[in-house]
Amino acid sequence: MNYKRLTLICGHYGSGKTNIAVNLALALKKARDNVALADLDIVNPYFRAKDSIDVLEKNGIRFICSEFANSNVDLPALPQEIYALTDDKSLSAVIDVGGDERGALALGRLSGFITEENDYEMYLVINKYRPLTPDCESVRDVMYEIQNACRIPFTGIINNSNLGRETTADTVLNSCDFANECAKRLNLPLVMTTVEDSLYSELKDKIPNLVSLDIKRLLDQTERNGLE
Amino acid sequence: MSEKVLMKGNEAIAEAAIIAGCRHYFGYPITPQTEIAAYMAKRMPKIGGTFLQAESEIAAINMVYGASAAGMRVMTSSSSPGISLKSEGISYIAGSDLPAVIVNAQRGGPGLGGIQPSQSDYFQATRGGGHGDYHMIVLTPASVQEMAELTIKAFDLADKYRMPVMILADGTIGQMMEPVSFDFKLNDAPEKPWATTGTKMQREHNVVNSLFLKPADLEVENMKRFERYEIVKENEPMYEEYMTEDADIVLAAFGIAARVCKNAIKKARREGIKVGLIRPITVWPFPTKPFEKIAETCKAIISVELSMGQLIEDVRLASGGKVPVTLCNRVGGMIPEPEEILEEIHKIANGGK
Repeated sequence: MNYKRLTLICGHYGSGKTNIAVNLALALKKARDNVALADLDIVNPYFRAKDSIDVLEKNGIRFICSEFANSNVDLPALPQEIYALTDDKSLSAVIDVGGDERGALALGRLSGFITEENDYEMYLVINKYRPLTPDCESVRDVMYEIQNACRIPFTGIINNSNLGRETTADTVLNSCDFANECAKRLNLPLVMTTVEDSLYSELKDKIPNLVSLDIKRLLDQTERNGLE
Repeated sequence: MSEKVLMKGNEAIAEAAIIAGCRHYFGYPITPQTEIAAYMAKRMPKIGGTFLQAESEIAAINMVYGASAAGMRVMTSSSSPGISLKSEGISYIAGSDLPAVIVNAQRGGPGLGGIQPSQSDYFQATRGGGHGDYHMIVLTPASVQEMAELTIKAFDLADKYRMPVMILADGTIGQMMEPVSFDFKLNDAPEKPWATTGTKMQREHNVVNSLFLKPADLEVENMKRFERYEIVKENEPMYEEYMTEDADIVLAAFGIAARVCKNAIKKARREGIKVGLIRPITVWPFPTKPFEKIAETCKAIISVELSMGQLIEDVRLASGGKVPVTLCNRVGGMIPEPEEILEEIHKIANGGK
């Protein structure tokens, strides 16, 4: 993949942004030396990139995140370190932005720097199986709401359509038309389709730009308890 | 929505409420139930409903009181500290014989506690919570699918018995994402001839009130209400039994704790220990019958809960002192690992009581 200095991951609440951001940061680290993952979520106190802090640290990825993430302090706080993202041009980073327009609001603080430098990609993560984004119209609404909030134009779409543990190859295949249609209507390239690694080999010849996600390494408390 | 969708438990409650015909939601923000309000805020304006963020929990529950008195299907949601604030209003709703659905996505307490999951509002939910003699029907979902199903049921039960129904969930089930199907067969909402919908000069005034000037009248109303509660206790207990047929040790757990229990049971069974689970789905009315029955055949019961031992009191009452009932718990926002429950099972199986 041809990485820009900053990769911004935005989308509807619960579309899978954090899993994708962590995986992209790990992939980016293979191409670049000085890599960070920044968690800019000010909305959701749960299921944060911080769940993956062990993997990130082990791989030498700098983690920029509010010290209150995953704690009982439910504050919409940003870490002072976020300015490293724009000040330190030797740093390549993936930015995990909070869900919907409310989450994207925090990104607005950096929008001037990011658009002026213009060395970024901003991806809209979509999941056809989320109830409020089942069609292109609702995806378009979310896209404009996010763009208006953060004042940075999107550059591509990531199709992360899944049904959680019930995801099958067909679940993903049945979302391809939707993803292509969204890309066409929004005039953005469909840069990748993401699937959990267990489905990758079955689908890799059927879906272009398929990317395998390692979800198991990012286990949250629920998964650790083996809830079925 | 016949195809499955991927939802958070909180979102499933909100969508199910809309499907059940709820067009009025009043709330005040608190983690970990925020998605219910956020979902209602997005959806209600599009379907001609009302989403209103009140100035406080107390205001919100009194708006619920008003909308319910006017015959509407209405819901509010909060988490533990917010439910404490709403408890006065819930008592008024119960005392006025009004239907309402109240969601409690429990978090760790007491006090501000924390934002991680808990089941420590069990006493508050099952014993009343507010002042005076009253009950709510209390439903305890254990999956995102059940969050949806029990929400639909909550509206039906509330209207049928004219009483508040609580969905007693927790932070984890509210936050976790699972596929849900909304393929429901819906019952028609019953007529509400008691509602304050305007007389149009064609009938007597309907009065919705919990104040009685004569003590003798209040006594009659309370007695009548408790006769209705007896019918609820007879008709509405819900529970799930899991591998209890031959069980020597029976786990008692609801909600998220019951899911962890199932994993512990599978591990125990692989070791040859016969363990089963009784999962109350209604915790008021409490399903006493399966516990009465199992107490005749099992050797011990373990109450697995995210509290300092609240469910265990109902389990002891229902099992009538016939078998020892011990507690296996985590609190403060912690969830037990299956191994911790297995350890407790080992202790009992090896004769330690």
